[in-house]
Amino acid sequence: MLSQQLLNGITLGATYALIALGYTMVYGIIQLINFAHGEIYMVGAFVGVLMVSVFQQGLLVSLVAAMLACMIMGVTIERIAYRPLRRSTRLAPLISAIGVSIFLQTLMTKIKGPQPVAFPPVINDALYKLGPVEISKVQIIILIVASLLMAGLHFIVKYVKIGKAMRAASEDYDTAALMGINVNRVISFTFAIGSALAAAGGVLVGIYFNSVSPFMGVLAGLKAFCAAVLGGIGSIPGAMLGGLFLGVAETLGVAGGFDLYKDAIAFTLLIIVLLFRPTGLLGRPIQRKV
Amino acid sequence: MDSIFSMFLNDYYIQVLTMLGIYLIGALGLNLITGVTGQLSFGHAAFLSIGAYTSAILSLKLHTPFGLAILAGGLMAGLWGVLLGYPTLRLTGDYLGIATLGFGEIVRVVFLNMTITGGALGLAGIPRNTTLTVVLLVVILSVWAMVRLENSRFGRSLVAIREDEIAAEAMGVNITTAKITAFAIGTFLAGISGGLYAHLIQYLNPSDFGFLKSFEFLTFIVLGGLGSIPGVILGTSVLTLAPEFLRFISDYRMLVYGLLMVFMMIVRPRGLLGGVQLRRLFAKKNVQQTGTSASGGAN
Repeated sequence: MLSQQLLNGITLGATYALIALGYTMVYGIIQLINFAHGEIYMVGAFVGVLMVSVFQQGLLVSLVAAMLACMIMGVTIERIAYRPLRRSTRLAPLISAIGVSIFLQTLMTKIKGPQPVAFPPVINDALYKLGPVEISKVQIIILIVASLLMAGLHFIVKYVKIGKAMRAASEDYDTAALMGINVNRVISFTFAIGSALAAAGGVLVGIYFNSVSPFMGVLAGLKAFCAAVLGGIGSIPGAMLGGLFLGVAETLGVAGGFDLYKDAIAFTLLIIVLLFRPTGLLGRPIQRKV
Repeated sequence: MDSIFSMFLNDYYIQVLTMLGIYLIGALGLNLITGVTGQLSFGHAAFLSIGAYTSAILSLKLHTPFGLAILAGGLMAGLWGVLLGYPTLRLTGDYLGIATLGFGEIVRVVFLNMTITGGALGLAGIPRNTTLTVVLLVVILSVWAMVRLENSRFGRSLVAIREDEIAAEAMGVNITTAKITAFAIGTFLAGISGGLYAHLIQYLNPSDFGFLKSFEFLTFIVLGGLGSIPGVILGTSVLTLAPEFLRFISDYRMLVYGLLMVFMMIVRPRGLLGGVQLRRLFAKKNVQQTGTSASGGAN
C-alpha cells in the first residue's frame, strides 16, 4: 500500500520537477519569478492535444512538437516582456509576467473554451504488476521521459559550452558578461530549455490525468514553484529533489486523509521549510553584507 | 449624502466608484508594506478574505452592527498579519513574498473547506450596508492616516528599512518591531477593505481571493509608482476603471488587460508617478539600486 502510494507520488513529483526546473533556472540567472511559466506548461499540454487529435501523431512526435512550440514561445515572451525590464525595479518584470499569464490564459479560454478537454487516447492503459505495486504504462512513460529529460539537462549544464555559460551567469551575472559570455543568448537559451521541460510536463500530466484546461497552469505552476523553493531556488538538483519531495508528500497526505486540503499541503510544507531553512533544502545560505 | 450622489450619478457609476474606493483602501495597506517598507507581499488578498469573512459572519450570525463588524474584520486580518509576520518577516526579499504567497493559498483552501464560510458554495445573503459615503469616508481617513504616518518618526524608519536594512538597524531602528507594525497596519486596512467588499457584493467565495487577486493589488501600487500615495490612487483608479472602459470589446477585455499590463510596465517600469514624487528618495541615480530596495533589499 505504502509502496504503491510512493510510486504514485514519485510519478506526480517527476512532473512537478519538470516544471520546477524552469522556475529555478530562470531565477538562478535573472532572479525573476517567472509567473508565466505555469501558462507555458498549459499551452504545452494543449499543443500535445492538438498534435494527437488533429494531426494524428503518436506520443513521441506530439511531445517533441509541444516542446518545440513552447521553446519558441518562451524565448519570445522573454524577448518582449522581460528583456526591456532587465535593469528596472525587481517588481516590474514580475507584473509583466502576470500580464503575460493573464493574456495566455484568456487567449486559451477564447480558443478552446473554459471547460477541461480530455486528452485523446494515445497509449493504452495497461497495468503491470511489479511485486506489491501496480504500475500503469502511463506512469512508466512519465518516469522514463522525465528521467531522460533531466539526465539530458544535467549533461547540457555540466558538459556543454552553453551549459557552462549558464552556470557562470547564475554564479555572477556581471562577471560572466565581462568574461565575454553573451548573457542575452544564455538567458534566451535558459528560457528555451525551461519552457521545453514545462511543455513536456504539460503533455505528460495531460495524459496522466486525462484532462487539459486553460486554468491548469495556475495551481500546477504555483506548486512547482513551491517545489523549486523547497529544493533551494536556483539549484537544479534542488528543483528535482523538491519536485519529488512535494509529489510524495502530496500523495501521502491525500492517502492519510487530508484529501480536502490537498492543495494546501504544498504551501504548508513551503512555509515550514522556509522557517527552518530559509534558502530551501539544497540552497546556499544568503549572506548579509553592506 | 448618498441621495446627493444619486442625484448626479446613476447606480452603475456609484457601484464602480464604491468598488474603486474599496480597492483603494486595500491598496493603501499594501503600499505601506511593499511600497514604503519594501517588504514583498504576494498574499494580500488572503487578508482581504479574512476581513471579509469575519465581518460577514458577524453580520449574518450575530447581527453585529455594520461599523463594528467591519472593524472586527480589520482587526482579525491585522491579527493574522502579526501571526504570519512574526516568524516570516525575518526572511528577506523574495523569500518573504514566497511565504506570503503560500499563506494566501492556504487561507483560500481553508475557507474552501470550513463549514461556517459555506465552503465552495460561498457565503450569500450578506446585508448590503456599504455605501459610497461610507467608503469615501474610510478612504479619506486612510489617506490622511497614511500621509501622517509617512511623515512621522515611525514612517521614516520604515523608509530607512526599505532603503537599507542593515544601515537602519545600525542607526537604532528596531527592524522587527517596525516591520511587524507596518505589516499589522497594512493587513488591517486589507481587512477593512474586505469587510466593505463583503457588504457591497453580498456574496463571498474563496476563489475570488486567489493569488491573482493579490497580484491585482500589487499591480495597482506598482503601476502607480511604488511608495507614492498619489501613485497608489492613480494606479488603482486606472486599473479598476480599465476593465469598465474596456467593456466595449467585451470578450477580449482580459486579453487586452494582460497586454496593457506588459505594455505599461515596459513604457514606465517605475510606475506612472514613480520618480515623479519620489525623486528625492531615489536620488541615488543608480536604477539598479532602487531596484533592490523596492523588493526588500535582498542580498
